[in-house]
Amino acid sequence: MRYNVFSLIKNSFSGHKNWEPAWRDPVPQKEYDIIIVGGGGHGLATAYYLAKEHGLKNIAVLEKGWLGSGNIGRNTTIIRSNYMLPGNNPFYEWSMKLWENLEQDFNFNAMVSQRGVLNLCHTDAQRDAFARRGNAMRIAGVDAELLDREAVREMYPFFDYENARFPIKGGLLQKRGGTVRHDGVAWGYARGADSRGVDIIQHCEVKGIKVENGKVVGVDTNRGFIKCKKLGLATAGNSSETAKMVGMRLPMESHVLQAFVSEGLKPYIDGVVTFGAGHFYVSQSDKGGLVFGGDIDGYNSYARRGNLPMVEHVIEAGVAMIPSLSRVRVLRSWGGIMDMSMDGSPIIDKTHIEGLYLNAGWCYGGFKATPASGWCFAYTIAKDEPHKLNAAYRLDRFKTGHMLDEKGQGATPNLH
Amino acid sequence: MTSYRLDKGGLIDRSSALRFTFDGALHVGHQGDTLASALLANGVTLMGRSFKYHRPRSVITAGAAEPNALVELREGGRKEANTRATMVELYDGLVSKSQNNWPSLDFDVGAITSLASSVFVAGFYYKTFMWPKSFWEKIYEPIIRRAAGLGTASKLPDPDKYEKSYAHCDVLVIGSGPTGLMAALAAARSGKRVILADEGSALGGSLLNEQEEIGGQSGLDFTRGVIAELSSMPNVTLLPRTTIMGWFDGNIFGAVERVSDHLRVPDPYEPRQRYWKIHAKRAVLAAGAEERPVAFGGNDMPGVMTATAMRTYANRYAAAAGRSVVVFGGNDSIYRTARDLKSHGIHVEAIVDSRKDSKADAAGVPVLRGALVADAVGGKAVKSVHLADGTHINCEAVAMSGGWSPIVNLACHRGKKPVWDAKLLAFLPPDNGPAFTVAGSAAGKMLLSECLADGAAKGAVDGKPIDIPTSRDEAFAIAPLWWVKESHGKAFIDYQNDSTAKDLPLAAREGYSDVELAKRYTTTGMATDQGKLGNINAIAILAEATGRTMDEVGTTTFRPFYTPVSFGAFTGPFTGHHFQPVRKTPLHDWAEEQGAVFVETGLWMRSSWFPREGEDWLASASREVLNTRGSVGICDVSTLGKIDVQGKDAGAFLDKLYCNTFSTLAVGKARYGLMLREDGIVYDDGTTSRLAEDHYVMTTTTANAAKVMAQMEFAHQALFPDLDVTYVSVTEQWAQMAVAGPKSRATLQKLVDGLVMTDESVPYMAALEVSIMGGIPARLFRLSFSGEHAYELAVPADYGSMVARAVMQAGDEFGITPYGVEALSIMRIEKGHVAGGELNGTTTAGDLGMGKMVSTKKDFIGRMMAQRPGLVDPNRQQVVGIRPVNQADRIRAGAHLLKQDDTPSMKNDQGYVTGVAWSPMLDMWVGLALFANGRARHGEIVQVWDGLRGHRVMAEICDPMHFDKENKRLHA
Amino acid sequence: MLIPCPHCGTRPVEEFTFLGDAAPTRPTTNDPSSMEAWYEYVYLRNNPRGAIEEYAHHSGGCRSWLVVSRNTETHEVFGAVTARDFSKAKDAKA
Repeated sequence: MRYNVFSLIKNSFSGHKNWEPAWRDPVPQKEYDIIIVGGGGHGLATAYYLAKEHGLKNIAVLEKGWLGSGNIGRNTTIIRSNYMLPGNNPFYEWSMKLWENLEQDFNFNAMVSQRGVLNLCHTDAQRDAFARRGNAMRIAGVDAELLDREAVREMYPFFDYENARFPIKGGLLQKRGGTVRHDGVAWGYARGADSRGVDIIQHCEVKGIKVENGKVVGVDTNRGFIKCKKLGLATAGNSSETAKMVGMRLPMESHVLQAFVSEGLKPYIDGVVTFGAGHFYVSQSDKGGLVFGGDIDGYNSYARRGNLPMVEHVIEAGVAMIPSLSRVRVLRSWGGIMDMSMDGSPIIDKTHIEGLYLNAGWCYGGFKATPASGWCFAYTIAKDEPHKLNAAYRLDRFKTGHMLDEKGQGATPNLH
Repeated sequence: MTSYRLDKGGLIDRSSALRFTFDGALHVGHQGDTLASALLANGVTLMGRSFKYHRPRSVITAGAAEPNALVELREGGRKEANTRATMVELYDGLVSKSQNNWPSLDFDVGAITSLASSVFVAGFYYKTFMWPKSFWEKIYEPIIRRAAGLGTASKLPDPDKYEKSYAHCDVLVIGSGPTGLMAALAAARSGKRVILADEGSALGGSLLNEQEEIGGQSGLDFTRGVIAELSSMPNVTLLPRTTIMGWFDGNIFGAVERVSDHLRVPDPYEPRQRYWKIHAKRAVLAAGAEERPVAFGGNDMPGVMTATAMRTYANRYAAAAGRSVVVFGGNDSIYRTARDLKSHGIHVEAIVDSRKDSKADAAGVPVLRGALVADAVGGKAVKSVHLADGTHINCEAVAMSGGWSPIVNLACHRGKKPVWDAKLLAFLPPDNGPAFTVAGSAAGKMLLSECLADGAAKGAVDGKPIDIPTSRDEAFAIAPLWWVKESHGKAFIDYQNDSTAKDLPLAAREGYSDVELAKRYTTTGMATDQGKLGNINAIAILAEATGRTMDEVGTTTFRPFYTPVSFGAFTGPFTGHHFQPVRKTPLHDWAEEQGAVFVETGLWMRSSWFPREGEDWLASASREVLNTRGSVGICDVSTLGKIDVQGKDAGAFLDKLYCNTFSTLAVGKARYGLMLREDGIVYDDGTTSRLAEDHYVMTTTTANAAKVMAQMEFAHQALFPDLDVTYVSVTEQWAQMAVAGPKSRATLQKLVDGLVMTDESVPYMAALEVSIMGGIPARLFRLSFSGEHAYELAVPADYGSMVARAVMQAGDEFGITPYGVEALSIMRIEKGHVAGGELNGTTTAGDLGMGKMVSTKKDFIGRMMAQRPGLVDPNRQQVVGIRPVNQADRIRAGAHLLKQDDTPSMKNDQGYVTGVAWSPMLDMWVGLALFANGRARHGEIVQVWDGLRGHRVMAEICDPMHFDKENKRLHA
Repeated sequence: MLIPCPHCGTRPVEEFTFLGDAAPTRPTTNDPSSMEAWYEYVYLRNNPRGAIEEYAHHSGGCRSWLVVSRNTETHEVFGAVTARDFSKAKDAKA
């Protein structure tokens, strides 16, 4: 059933009793050509593009919890393609292009809203770095604008320009950046994949991966052994634990990132803004809540919840940027587990095991990458080789010294 | 007008007259009122509009879970959106406004959405607004955004202050109802350090709201007695108006004390709110239970409220919800409600008990057993109710009771899930071990006597038991009562978000049957009350719709914060200029005297330039450079990290830290060092001097001083613990100034005691301990960042400004000038010295042109990884100089470099400009760049492409050293 | 979260800076054949869900590097020793 205003009105006459399920609840088959582990954004998008772009059938997505229960449902919903390095920039711009046509493509309103992403700078050195980044974007055909202090003030007159410890000197604006309703992305991909025959199996936890003669043959799950020819891992914060099932150690650590939402407010802040003198980024959801976050707590964690010091750190930075936030109330905090890689960039690659593919290491930038990650991972699985867009996201780049380190922090995951 | 003030009773001071306004209308209330009770007492029942359908709403509760009666409180920079009227203590001069309506609360145009509500079901927006594509951002979304949201936040700075505080205790008791009082008393009498916190305006919890009897006295008198005893004990801290908002690792609790929120403005020197981090050896959660509404048609109409709320308004605030009331529920407490209301002279039309077989009674009130309220009838106020069997009862208010949900939120903040109890029809808290116990009705103890005993037992678990007073119990029997399906009108589950009982089966039908998916699809539980009222009802409806048990459906995740917390509370005093501390150098006073303009550099304030009359930064910096290169200048370099390294193995340790060698450095000499990370990338640079065989003093860059210190501590303690070395940061102990220029020696010579400064006595890279000005200990280094014959002079910090003044005096005859970091930066770019722009965390020693410094004879941090193919690739970007072909052209930092005839594309990108400066010596802009295989391409003409700023010039790649290539001036 | 610093006693987590798993041991040779061992030391982590021994710098206290035993799933802290003692114990075992 296609979603549109007519189907909505039609269904309202029958009390909405005739809507079809957005996806089936299938019993796992004994065998699939391709299994994707992880029913989050990247896993569902991968399945969707495997079916849609490569015409493949007989695909399952196995999710240990509920659909979209990972980071796709607990991020701060920001999309942008303001990357600097040649290995990153085209990938994220492709993701942005997919975002721009996503809803019509999968017939689900995920509320893609290109409200603009503004990164503030507070020193000359930061401005120079933004100029470098902005030019890297422009040279690759990505939109970017360098704003001075007055241009920032015109956009956001209620920021602190008079009494700030670190005065705002300007900012880098990507107007095509913005926000997307995160759950809607998971649901849109799930519905799109399901309608193309993909089995999305919730509450199905992979407990082991069976490899014979260097080749993947299937997975052990809490719902029995399921055979497969190809296996794609897209398990976000759990990547290291999943990889351990085949004896692999990955160049990453898992960390908890907290995020927050305020009480609902009438329109307060129009776009996405990041503070440059502390860890704070904020946008406002269509529902009115200010959605914001900051840095990871800093210690290895799989707990999906953090502690007060980072809460204070983030909120202090928020009030430093926008003094009037002081009387706004924070409604809720939550946590997600990030697989923080050793250079801050992800991995989409084949592995040394035939038929086993890895999608991991997204740090806390995975949401914006969802479409391109799924698209590239689907390509890599279908063709058994990386697409040129994900060619730099190799697993062996650390061994060869071809790191993609946008922040220049080196092999210290919690600094990325 | 339906609600009114009762003639007598209540914990209000009728002698006080507190004037307040709501939507501009002036009302009067009393001390002891909340805004909600005062509005009810003044006959105001319409208090707000709902989120989606803009339905007229009044209070549903009398407490923290209130979803409906949210107001904009106060004005200007103090305005607080979404403030629960039920939690606002009334004060004289209070100003409040209703929210989410236009043009007025009474006539709200937004309510037309109700007409289309058959289309606006759960998740409708995911299915439409997609065509045409461009309309989402231009048309649909702006309309949705304006309609959504609740209150309007102020955009003015908050004039009030906030504090942060730490506390430690043996026992933290959360909640001061009967359970909490007994727990606190038991712990306190055993000598424990006790903190008793309660979110209410006064301690006592439900005892303030109910008609109870404890120990032969009223519940109120019992409360006063216990509080008096607790107040007298030095080991007890009482924190009323304090919400424990989260439970965190290490048994740390976050709390917010509303110090001044009950006042019009805070008293002088008092904060508005105080944020607490409380470390408790153990905690007792005695938060009570929340009464559940019942889902029936119009259960959101002004006049419908929970039975507890209606009792509380009558008992505590002497405010009646209406003159005639129907009490509806499926448990015995409805009889108590009827009895209480009757005792206040409020007419109870009927008790509608959903249970056929209940035996309970309330003298004189008609009881309809096995009956259900299907719909409340009215509009902006209840006029009557329809029962499921068609009976019609006129009334002005409905008290409803679906049962109780223990307030288990805090017990679930660290990941455990609550457990369903089918007998109590309640989710009970999980077992969290002895450091966090739950007592009383929060743990499913539904009788007063059980609460008193449970509180006493859990408070005294590691102390002496105390006597438990006698009490009169109310009967407790309950049957499931979730959703009256005979309803015609909308039956609300999440009031604020307008999610109805029908939305949940719809979500399940569409595949969103997991409780988390149903929550997200219908937004049930996502309002400002976070599902405190509605979630359990939602779970029950979802369970029925999908044939699962309550346990199988389970709850969504309970997360901080228990109730919303202001940003200000978390921020404390760290706002504005106090966001981060300010570090000032020992020469700050001197620089200020010299008219310095300061710039933030990390936490430091550094002197940036020293303008003379009418100069802008460029004119000033240019003059400073010309003056320094022409004669002499002085610059504050105290912010450089300084680390004193001593011990037998000091040299060996430095050899591990730096890629070049320091153990071979002669005493009295300095050497430039390059430090790598273990991944082979350059980390930091600076000069290190050897003052004695076993004594070095290192310098780091300003930006990396703390990180390098931490890295040293790691290297020594974790990697090379056998090295006999000690080191300490002395950054703040030494003031350091660069004195540069042809007259630098002549200037300093006047200050140095007993040393004739020559190239022999103070050769290039000398590092000497000297005395100056007749006995001030100092260190004299012949170092140069400017490329001039130059020195750095270090003196103990307290002498800093005085010595700088002396240097100025000594240099006066040469026309000495102070110079700041702008001039410093110009001179370093003229000389091609690398700094932060090039040490960007991705460059190798080779990239910086320092590959030859890297030792192959020793182990050091970064040695092996630096040899990886990607790090020795000749096509890596290398540091080069860059200067415009046309001398008048300006190049800018951050511009990218393209071959002369290439079009801009990522493939053609050759590098970028890392730093630029206007060189007054060369009379042109010069810069440094990172450029692919750059060292082999000196002389090449490139495009400097700055598309971002619409700028493009041609430039020549050259040696990084733009000025004085032979270093003649250095050795002059 | 509270960390029992062997020097300072029990202190709150905000005084500490974390540096990840303490299990990897820095190779003792610069021989080209040790490249793989170096790569593993610098880049590969067990990243356990559960018990971990983790470097923590008491940067806001005594400035000792500690190795904290902790559970990454529950955040339960079991104890802490100095990195110096940890290293020496590791050497003794090797």
